[in-house]
Amino acid sequence: MSANAQAHPDAQAHPGARRATGGRRLILRCVALGYLALLLLLPVTMIFYRTFEHGLGAVWSAATAPNAVHAFWLSIELVAIAVPLNTIFGIGIALLLERGRFRGKALLGLLIDLPFAISPIVVGLALVLVYGRTGWFGDWLATHGIEVIFSVPGMVLATAFVSLPFVARETIPVLRELGTDAEQAAATLGANSWQTFRRITLPAIRWGVVYGVVLTTARALGEFGAVSVVSGRIEGKTLSLPLYVQDRFENFDTTGAYTAAVVLALLALATLLAMNLLTRRTRKAGAA
Amino acid sequence: MAIEAHDVTKRFGDFLALDDVCVRVGDGALTALLGPSGSGKSTLLRIIAGLETPDSGRVLIGEQDVTDTPARTRGVGFVFQHYAPFKHMTVYDNVAFGLTVRRRPKAEVRERVHELLSLVRLDGLAERYPAQLSGGQRQRMALARALAPRPEVLLLDEPFGALDAQVRGELREWLRRLHEEIHVTTIFVTHDQEEAMEVAEQIVVMNGGCIEQAGSPRELYESPRNEFVMSFVGPVNQLGDELLRPHDIQILPSEDAAPGTIEALVRRVVHLGFEVRVELTLPDGRDIWAQVTRERTQELELEEGQILTVRLPAPRTFAA
Repeated sequence: MSANAQAHPDAQAHPGARRATGGRRLILRCVALGYLALLLLLPVTMIFYRTFEHGLGAVWSAATAPNAVHAFWLSIELVAIAVPLNTIFGIGIALLLERGRFRGKALLGLLIDLPFAISPIVVGLALVLVYGRTGWFGDWLATHGIEVIFSVPGMVLATAFVSLPFVARETIPVLRELGTDAEQAAATLGANSWQTFRRITLPAIRWGVVYGVVLTTARALGEFGAVSVVSGRIEGKTLSLPLYVQDRFENFDTTGAYTAAVVLALLALATLLAMNLLTRRTRKAGAA
Repeated sequence: MAIEAHDVTKRFGDFLALDDVCVRVGDGALTALLGPSGSGKSTLLRIIAGLETPDSGRVLIGEQDVTDTPARTRGVGFVFQHYAPFKHMTVYDNVAFGLTVRRRPKAEVRERVHELLSLVRLDGLAERYPAQLSGGQRQRMALARALAPRPEVLLLDEPFGALDAQVRGELREWLRRLHEEIHVTTIFVTHDQEEAMEVAEQIVVMNGGCIEQAGSPRELYESPRNEFVMSFVGPVNQLGDELLRPHDIQILPSEDAAPGTIEALVRRVVHLGFEVRVELTLPDGRDIWAQVTRERTQELELEEGQILTVRLPAPRTFAA
């Protein structure tokens, strides 16, 4: 993933590897490529192979089945809500943690990583406990006719929760590296906080943010566990693409399952590609 | 605009950066804050700019109390030690920044930016990015950027610190001339006494978060108030409690021995261009050094191992 190395400051090549002698380098390469092939290439190829095994017609009808189309658009909807939300909050939290001075900063830093640490199933259950019929807000939500659990809002919440840390975690090191000099210079030149953020900070951290957005999107697209718990898995209503894949698989509709899986993989690939292109074009445009 | 700091104290954790500092800089003056690292000079500058908040004390700019005014409305131009260029903007956009955030009309911005670029001799480099400039050019860009919104006060933090010796020399000279031209009240921070002496009209010597002495370069050199100031603003020999300036030590041929002179052994003669540094050992074994001209060295035919006579000036002692 070349985009990784470009956008991520931590992903520098290890200088130690360069020192290895010819033979050792070859072995290292084989091991790395073999690992990649076994874990990534082979399974993905198999999915593609099995999908198109019975011809394009079968794939087309599986892809255009109403429930499949619904699952596709539901996944897009989840991403379209969760990713912008987490981008804004992620940048905000990164700024707070790197630039702010307040009590409980260390605690906030820990909390941010919670979605990484907690199993998605637990997240789903926790959401049910809070927003479900018998949960804390259950009565209030029911009297106002708002459905959260077993409905799309709950799925959005679950998706947002599990993909929360990425933007913040990718942005924080870039902000730290950037330092505060340029922002202070902007302040002495008369810029207010918004102008400073918009014209100085954001352009400087944009690659960290973009990379965080890509990771957030990938995670939001692929999330299964938490979303599965809160969705109630109602066909044609609360099945996102990953849930639809499982649903088809359990119903012995392998073509349906593989086709949806391929669509999911293509969406993820498109995200990576979009970032790669975006990075390259802007790099060329600006000499900085 | 005159700048005043009254009883300014600032702590960073346990470290006392500024201890009840009072200072006044006259309108239109060019002042150096001189001191070793950790003396609090940069902190004082940043407090005047509003980039740090003092724990106690007041800051006045032109009679107006600005202690609680944020940096962006203080009307202060600040040049950072490493210039803090906006790397993703061209030189033009960097310099224009202070005007565009105030939403000045485009034509006015263009005129002002080009006026400043020619003032700092960067005409023709407007479309470059900071990464494509040399250190000296980047420094001048930072200066133009700070001057663009017509600040009443210009503050520079170690403005020449990151440059090589030759560029440094040129820029000092140039800053001095620029100040004569635009006459904005200017304070710069430096740890280099020679730089302070050469550029500033007034020097404020700081040490350990306190102001040791303020005055003209000549005043500080000729009548330092204490040992620290004396040894910081110029070279000294220390003999017990007594301090001597090396250029005040007279070297005489050995036959000129007279009351008030003593014998000395020449340990080493170091030629530093025009000036020659003569290292001497006194009869009681103490080492001192004298600064003499090249001609004088030739007249006396100074060489290592020679015994000659020196006349020590009236030493200065400071009450501890």
